Amino acid sequence: MITAKTISKRFGTFQALDGVTINVEKGRLVALLGPSGSGKTTLLRIFAGLDEADSGDLILDGLNANGLKAKDRQVGFVFQHYALFRHMTVADNIAFGLKVRKGKNRLAKEQIEAKVADLLNLVQLNGLAKRYPSQLSGGQRQRVALARALAVEPRLLLLDEPFGALDAQVRKDLRRWLRRLHDEMGLTSIFVTHDQEEALELADTVVVMNSGKIEQIGSPAEIYDHPATPFVFQFLGNANRLNGEIKSGEAHTHGWTWPAPGLPDGPAVVFLRPHEIDMTSSRADAQLAKIRHPLILGPIVRAELELPDGTFLEVELSREEHLSVNPEEGSVVKIAPKRLTVFAGSVMSTPHLDSSFGVDNYEI
Amino acid sequence: MITLNRWRTPSIIPGFGLTAGYTVFYLSLIVLIPLSVLLLKALNLNLDQWVALITDKRVLAALRLSFVGALVAGFLDTVLGLLVAWVLVRYSFPGRKIADALVDLPFALPTAVAGIALTALYAKNGWIGQFFEPLGIKIAYTPIGVVIAMTFIGLPFVVRTVEPILQDLDRDVEEAAASLGASRLQTFAHVLLPSLGPALMAGFSLATARAVGEYGSVIFIAGNMPGISEIAPLLIITKLEQYDYNGAAAIAVIMLAISFTLLLAVNIISRKSRSGAP
Repeated sequence: MITAKTISKRFGTFQALDGVTINVEKGRLVALLGPSGSGKTTLLRIFAGLDEADSGDLILDGLNANGLKAKDRQVGFVFQHYALFRHMTVADNIAFGLKVRKGKNRLAKEQIEAKVADLLNLVQLNGLAKRYPSQLSGGQRQRVALARALAVEPRLLLLDEPFGALDAQVRKDLRRWLRRLHDEMGLTSIFVTHDQEEALELADTVVVMNSGKIEQIGSPAEIYDHPATPFVFQFLGNANRLNGEIKSGEAHTHGWTWPAPGLPDGPAVVFLRPHEIDMTSSRADAQLAKIRHPLILGPIVRAELELPDGTFLEVELSREEHLSVNPEEGSVVKIAPKRLTVFAGSVMSTPHLDSSFGVDNYEI
Repeated sequence: MITLNRWRTPSIIPGFGLTAGYTVFYLSLIVLIPLSVLLLKALNLNLDQWVALITDKRVLAALRLSFVGALVAGFLDTVLGLLVAWVLVRYSFPGRKIADALVDLPFALPTAVAGIALTALYAKNGWIGQFFEPLGIKIAYTPIGVVIAMTFIGLPFVVRTVEPILQDLDRDVEEAAASLGASRLQTFAHVLLPSLGPALMAGFSLATARAVGEYGSVIFIAGNMPGISEIAPLLIITKLEQYDYNGAAAIAVIMLAISFTLLLAVNIISRKSRSGAP
């Protein structure tokens, strides 16, 4: 179990972490999700003892770990670029953590060899023991890095963007494999990612971070269905952002009305996911819109909708919807939101998005 | 061209014939022709003269001092150079740029100036020599002085070969070692040193080679007592001054042969140590 209390860290004038408090139970698989610069990797490095917090407390298995050196923490760390020892074979890489042990903790040579063989089997790299890292593919290197970290039986496994440098198919396979491994070995793991899909698919608990602070902690479903802040909503997927107004428990935007119970009267920020727009609405408050730039992208169709007041909405249709609507450039449809998400206030932080999110990426 | 074509591997880079021609021409002009003239000159000696030369105690002592001294200096340079490169790469401190520039000074300084400065420092009444004098250790005018001068002029080679490699080493490899429970010392010995090995070997052989050939700075501090602190290059000059051109060439050829063997051995060792990790 690991507990962090009001951890802060500053690099020069940059506040990397600002009073972060988080508690990870034994056996969980936790994702730290956020854009670059949100402090997620810094938090992970502080857990591992590779960086030191300026203030706050870190408690590992009930013991205060402030000032405890990385080598004494028994925390496995898997680096984004693997950080394998280039001059050592796969087997030597995996055995490293066991070979540097001293005194009575040191295993006999045969025990180390047996353990390395077990781990090679576990990460499905039997037969590659004598290879060097440069002779392996990216996915194989990542698994060696994982086996090396697991060799020392860490009480906590930390992974920094573990799939960041791999191509899409390998990434998917490794993800599922890691989830199984985590469950079978009863590990406690925390991984860092900026890919919301990866976080939602892999983790039991997702921690969304922004500008050195935690925006929300929850299960993938909670985070997706009940985002606590506009940032979380926007970060978890494409969204159309509209300005609106709240009056006595109802939000009004572009002619539509949506319940907003408990929110104070005043300006509102309203979000609409591209796939939650009804294109053949018969509702009374349905709006006329012109279709612009329809694009067929395999199973989905993307287009833009131009409202009479000049606002553009991004829309995503399934092929079936597409066939029933048959959108063509310039044709007019009656649209209404299937679901709106309302936040009070007008000023909000716009998430800094990595290019990999491609909110407006229409290119193929 | 027919013979050239046989060696030629298909390549998208044009101009093999032209570039190979230039390379051979200049290599011949600058390196091969002078060396072969040297060899021809040395062949003027007959067998008896060769035997007499090789068994001459003075010649043997000078060769031993030159090569043993150079190897010791090369070794010292490797240790000190690694230390200097480490500090320059890993730490930032006021004056780091200046310290970095100072490293190259032994290259730029006329070697005679270096020799005179070192002699003044290490003489028995010099700034440093005076502390060793009471201990009965003489530095200037002894083989120790020779090694010091050789170390001085060889240091930049090691620093400059190790520095870029050290800069390119990823910090996360060290962090990985630490998170696996390795101490700083273990990380250095098992992770850093193997990566630096080839660069250290290259620096060592350059520094040693330079020390073997060094003349200017060494003769001032050596005292040049025949059989004790006389280096082989000085012996060559001495022979030249006695108009014994053939003898001088013969010693030079012996030096060349030993140097070539040494450098070849170092190259083979460093290739062997690397062959494990392609």
